[in-house]
Amino acid sequence: MPTYKLKINGDKKIVNVDADTPMLWVLRDHLKLVGTKYGCGIAQCGACTIHIDGTAVRSCQTPVSVAADYKITTIEGLSEKGDHPVQKAWLEIDVPQCGYCQAGQIMSASALLKANSNPTDEEIDAVMNGNICRCGTYTRIKKAIKIAAKSINA
Amino acid sequence: MTLIKTTYNRRSFLKNSALASGGMMLGFSWLAACKPSPEQLISMPEEWFEINGYLKIGDNGLVTIMSPNPEIGQNVKTSMPMIVAEELDVDWKNVIVEQAPLNTAIFKRQLAGGSQSIRQGWDALRMAGATAKHLLKQAAADAWQVPFEEIETSESVITHKATNNTAGYGEMAAFAAKIAVPEQVKLKEKTDFKIIGTSRKNVDAKKIVTGQPLFGLDYEKEGMLIAMIVHPPAFGKKLGDVNDSKARSMPGIRDVFKIQSYKEGGVKAWCDVSAFDNLVVVVGDSTWQVMKAKKALELEWKVSPETENKIGNFRGDTRIQKVPAGLENSESHKLQMANVDKNKIRVARKDGNTEAAFKKAVKIIERTYTCPFLAHNTMEPMNFFADVTEDKADFAGPIQTPEFMEKSAAERFGLPLEKIDIQMTRMGGGFGRRLYGHFLIEAGVISQKMKTPIKLVYTREDDMTNGVYRPAYHAYYRAGLDADNNLIAFHVRAGGIPESPLAANRFPAGAVDNYLAEDWSLDSNITVGAFRAPRSNFIAGAEQSFLDEVAEEAGKDPIDFRLELLKRALEKPVGENNDYEAARYAGVLELVREKSGWDNELSGLHRGVSAYFCHNSYVAQVLDMVIENGKPVIEKVTAAIDCGIVVNPDAAANMAEGGAIDGIGHAMYSEMTFKDGVPEQSNFDRYRLIRHSEAPKYVDTHFVKSDTDPTGLGEPPFPPIMGALANALYKATGERHYHQPFINHVKKETEFKT
Ligand code: FES
Ligand code: FES
Repeated sequence: MPTYKLKINGDKKIVNVDADTPMLWVLRDHLKLVGTKYGCGIAQCGACTIHIDGTAVRSCQTPVSVAADYKITTIEGLSEKGDHPVQKAWLEIDVPQCGYCQAGQIMSASALLKANSNPTDEEIDAVMNGNICRCGTYTRIKKAIKIAAKSINA
Repeated sequence: MTLIKTTYNRRSFLKNSALASGGMMLGFSWLAACKPSPEQLISMPEEWFEINGYLKIGDNGLVTIMSPNPEIGQNVKTSMPMIVAEELDVDWKNVIVEQAPLNTAIFKRQLAGGSQSIRQGWDALRMAGATAKHLLKQAAADAWQVPFEEIETSESVITHKATNNTAGYGEMAAFAAKIAVPEQVKLKEKTDFKIIGTSRKNVDAKKIVTGQPLFGLDYEKEGMLIAMIVHPPAFGKKLGDVNDSKARSMPGIRDVFKIQSYKEGGVKAWCDVSAFDNLVVVVGDSTWQVMKAKKALELEWKVSPETENKIGNFRGDTRIQKVPAGLENSESHKLQMANVDKNKIRVARKDGNTEAAFKKAVKIIERTYTCPFLAHNTMEPMNFFADVTEDKADFAGPIQTPEFMEKSAAERFGLPLEKIDIQMTRMGGGFGRRLYGHFLIEAGVISQKMKTPIKLVYTREDDMTNGVYRPAYHAYYRAGLDADNNLIAFHVRAGGIPESPLAANRFPAGAVDNYLAEDWSLDSNITVGAFRAPRSNFIAGAEQSFLDEVAEEAGKDPIDFRLELLKRALEKPVGENNDYEAARYAGVLELVREKSGWDNELSGLHRGVSAYFCHNSYVAQVLDMVIENGKPVIEKVTAAIDCGIVVNPDAAANMAEGGAIDGIGHAMYSEMTFKDGVPEQSNFDRYRLIRHSEAPKYVDTHFVKSDTDPTGLGEPPFPPIMGALANALYKATGERHYHQPFINHVKKETEFKT
């Protein structure tokens, strides 16, 4: 099995896995970073969202061989103390119900705000439509994104 | 003054504390073993004193409260401990919450279902807190040599004013733990509540937003292998030959074998619903390797003959459930439901003489409503950890019915109950799906065979095509109006595959002189189970859409029309078994009318109203729709809810928002269809769930002020919104919607904005 050197959350990691192994399973099974969630495996639900060089991607569709060249950030590394403006806004609004989709929602939202610190409702929808929440926390998520945007722009 | 009987005597207290090794945790829990946060570490006590099964107090005043019930996102892990904390009179800042172990000797009804956790836990939780407070007060009274009655408590501090003595809970904990539990203790007056009724943040929120391990799928044990199953691709098929030579030789694969999850001919409990008991299993080192090996299996599927299940009930008798043979189709389901054999129809309730009344009626309105099967689609797919050896079986994972599955596991593995341990992990959604724990049994059988700990993981496809669906339903309604537009006859005939959604004694039963309710059902080999607000999740929307049409025919405002009926039900109810309180029902309608501004005609706003009673709570919703760029958009949902005392208002509002969004989504977009027994949707590319842009922009929730003991909230906001949606769609587009998912019938040009 090939060896990959990965840059994850500022750490260097070495894994021996098949080249086609999705980053999702490298993170969860091999690196024990289980904050990134499995929901569909086909880029339809967004639960597995991570950042690759700051851009949100679906880790279930990103083979390790492709990811190895880039800087990877997972929910565990989004901030050191869980105090990224998006995480803080999530806590302020108390967004989660079951919580399972929320790491993915937060990773999508934080990448959105990085690219566009003042998104309109339509822009929020366009990006966030890739993240399903079966519990239906959508209105709270939108509210939290706006609060995070405010604090980023302040 | 309210007194409550304590159920812990001295002996059970001693037994419990013996369990708590070294005064620490009540049973070792993997989740509790996750490192405490730095803030918690600083304040960790040197010693814990267990007061009763629900709580222990540290020498520094920190209190650990056990949350007894499984957490599926309904917030019980925060709101149940809040109730204990209230009666204990502790400062919420000093509280740590832990998921309790499964222990039915201490905790009552460790189950997430029926929206009953708070309602049925209410007394026990209050009693646990009040008992502990009593012991602390007694300890202080003894220490200070003052009368018990003169001791006061407030926010973790005990005081005796006359002698100017004060002590923190931590200082008295050691003494309190030694005092005998009295037979009864005093509860707080509801007007003195300081925690209940105030919003407290989700106790797991920080862990959730930072990606800490919490869920079953995150569970990990040294040496654990990953297992996956393959089940038949169609209902009505079963496993034949297996050629696994390719899969076996793939990297990381440890074994491939067949299992029989439940023993053939054995008695299954209600929570053991499973369509496929003969499965192929692949076990390996990592998830991706096992997923790939699954695809390399060559499997033969055979047509399954008619079979039967022996289902055991609560009382210990068994009934036989026939499982027909055949490969079913959604198209033929529709025809079968529309042409039900008269002999299958059963009268469930009859008041007056409906046929005579319909003859007298000036207007008769007849409509039919349907909905498809639905998959639960919890975001976390089914999974379970198992470590089964000869003399014990340990499990961990997401399960709504740990108490019942413990019994099923004891039966399956031939072990006494004490040798079964089930740890409850936080669940990535439940919605009823995890009431049925066949995956726990499967995990156990696999672990037993492998002689190692394993984690069974379902792919989304496994999860979505495995059955335990919301049934398909069908309801026919007929209403008769007299010349003055009074509703003089009402007839509902509702059925489904394989159960009827009818609730014969609910509104409008009791409000109409001539009322007839009938039900029927058709057999199927597609397995079903409870799905968020079972049965109500269809019949509410159907009934409330129908009443909207009847109101229109009668030339009445839809809220006025309902209130008129409720007034009748209140003042001169028809029949005796009416399953609702008309005054509370009317109360939520009045409140939603006020809060939504229903009476102000706003141009460009299209509104639908709906109200329903289920799971002991009342919900009325108004849905506001606007047309943007020629397409209907949901602007706002206003909800009025009467669920008695609201324990954690902001979390309750979250539930109400989620219920409305989830309800709109399922009525509008979701369906599970079958072709020759094969589920036609197996992942979110074809199975449509509501997404961000399709959700209402705002959900505005109002709770009726109440001092009635709390009732359910996980389910009640879900069913009625489907009616409000249909009624608003009619106002916005001129089209009535009878068949879910509505998206299949919305004209292209009025398709929802996505
Ligand atoms: S798991 Fe990757 S998008 Fe669903
Ligand atoms: S919070 Fe449960 S799926 Fe989003």
